Amino acid sequence: MNSSAVPAIEAEGLVKVFGDNRAVDGVDLVVRQGSVYGVLGPNGAGKTTTISMLATLLKPDGGSARVLGRDVVKEAAAVRALIGVTGQYASVDETLSATENLVVFGRLLGLPGRQARAKAADLLERFSLTEAAKRPLKKFSGGMRRRLDLAASLIAQPPLIFLDEPTTGLDPRTRAQMWDTIRELVTTGSTVLLTTQYLDEADQLADRIAVIDRGRVVAEGTSDDLKASVGTASLQLRLVDPHDLAVAEARIRARVGVQPVASAERAWLTVPLQDPERVTDLLVDLRDSGIRLAEFGVQKPTLDEVFLAITGHGADHENAAAEAEKDEVMA
Amino acid sequence: MTAVATIAAAQPRNGVTRIVSQSLTMAYRGLLKVRRTPEQLFDVTLQPIIFTVMFAYIFGGAISGDVTKYLATLIPGILVQTVITGSVTTGVQLREDMDKGVFDRFRSLPIARIAPLAGALLADTVRYAIATAITFVVGGIMGYHQVFDHLGWTVAAGLLVIVVAWSLSWIFALFGMLARTAGSVQGISFLVLFPLTFLSNAFVPTGTLPEPLKVFAEINPVSHLITAVRTMVNDQQVTGDVWLSLLGAAVVVAVFAPLTVRAYMRKA
Repeated sequence: MNSSAVPAIEAEGLVKVFGDNRAVDGVDLVVRQGSVYGVLGPNGAGKTTTISMLATLLKPDGGSARVLGRDVVKEAAAVRALIGVTGQYASVDETLSATENLVVFGRLLGLPGRQARAKAADLLERFSLTEAAKRPLKKFSGGMRRRLDLAASLIAQPPLIFLDEPTTGLDPRTRAQMWDTIRELVTTGSTVLLTTQYLDEADQLADRIAVIDRGRVVAEGTSDDLKASVGTASLQLRLVDPHDLAVAEARIRARVGVQPVASAERAWLTVPLQDPERVTDLLVDLRDSGIRLAEFGVQKPTLDEVFLAITGHGADHENAAAEAEKDEVMA
Repeated sequence: MTAVATIAAAQPRNGVTRIVSQSLTMAYRGLLKVRRTPEQLFDVTLQPIIFTVMFAYIFGGAISGDVTKYLATLIPGILVQTVITGSVTTGVQLREDMDKGVFDRFRSLPIARIAPLAGALLADTVRYAIATAITFVVGGIMGYHQVFDHLGWTVAAGLLVIVVAWSLSWIFALFGMLARTAGSVQGISFLVLFPLTFLSNAFVPTGTLPEPLKVFAEINPVSHLITAVRTMVNDQQVTGDVWLSLLGAAVVVAVFAPLTVRAYMRKA
């Protein structure tokens, strides 16, 4: 079977309506096998609804979708055998222990008792949950729950895994662990579709990204494509002595070739960053000129800026008008 | 693709075996939950004790002239009432369970749609069995000796009640699917059950009731089940009421199981 030619996901014009709300309003997606695909968007953009339709949890009101060539409506049972779903809210049993959870799922998938237990032990080991295996989940931290949730999706080694906001609400360290786990999944050949509200997460993990807003895909491409559409990151400098501002601006113009934006009252300088390589030179240069820095940092484009660039309004719909206004003031 | 093949091969080929095995796994999950939260069992442990003792001493003298004599009437009545009320709890707990994220996973698994429901309802037969055992034992201790004298008949009567309660739990499971909250399941269910269990022959001979009530109490299916239990335990006889109860149970499952499963799937 020439299976790699079939896309992992193929959706055309998916629509889901809840009352007056067109939660998903014509979403098209093509996800290649063996890739990580990121669906990026703010709360309420329709990410979870889209995943639910692809995972056969919701029936689309319009359009069609195929998972590895199987129709999600007409061949729902076949699709379920091909996917693993990790929901936004831990889809594991709170009152049961980690082992019991995995054994129950394993048995449901048709593994005999002993194999189900072996598989559970194996997965707990892989997700560093072994020492907590017997404790009820109520005592688990958020990160541990998410890991168990992910482990549960892998029992059947499904070729396609849906992860709905896998790191929302996790602390940075646990988040990095989740990222490692997700990367590992792909090396074993699975295709991953993940949703996220964070641009850097999509950037870190996804081969291709779809930006979704108000139920529509508003941009699609690699992370580089997207960033190019938003513009570059910027370097921010705060000087110890505000009187150095003029000299510093001159040095920046000479070194990086761009005009920094200065805010005199707090001695802040914002430098658009085309070539990160030059930052080192610039910093050395400033030190040689006797200009002392109180603070410096790099500001990456935020999801909000991506949204502004792509849709013309902010990520947060309520604040869209305010954002636009702010933009004008800044310009 | 190899992973898919492995899973498919690991599953028993026969569809029915598969559904049974998946339902049993879901029942196993239900029992694990009960073990972790034993307070869920209060309604089938404490309630039969309190009700039996209370009703026996309040009504015993008035209805049968003495408490021990009344037990032969009361215990089957209390038993049926407790166990059927317990099947409401099944609907309520199923509803609470379904609101949790884990049901999303069940829905996304390649398993029979009926398995999560059948399993939950099956696990609850253990609750009914506990209630049955406690009611009979309390009755026996208070002086209802037939319970111990003909243990086989007692067990058979208990099984009959459990089977009927299990079939009725499909109705309350349906309420659970349709209701907006777990609390409203409880409300609706008791509104149905209260008249059904009290307007029966559970506590008083139907002959003492005014005519319209008497007619209702005599056609009330709950009365037939109670009579079936009484004749089995008291007279060691299988009467038409036993078959009628089983037939009723079968009809309820045949009608409500498909409705409940459909509602469950639409909920998804």
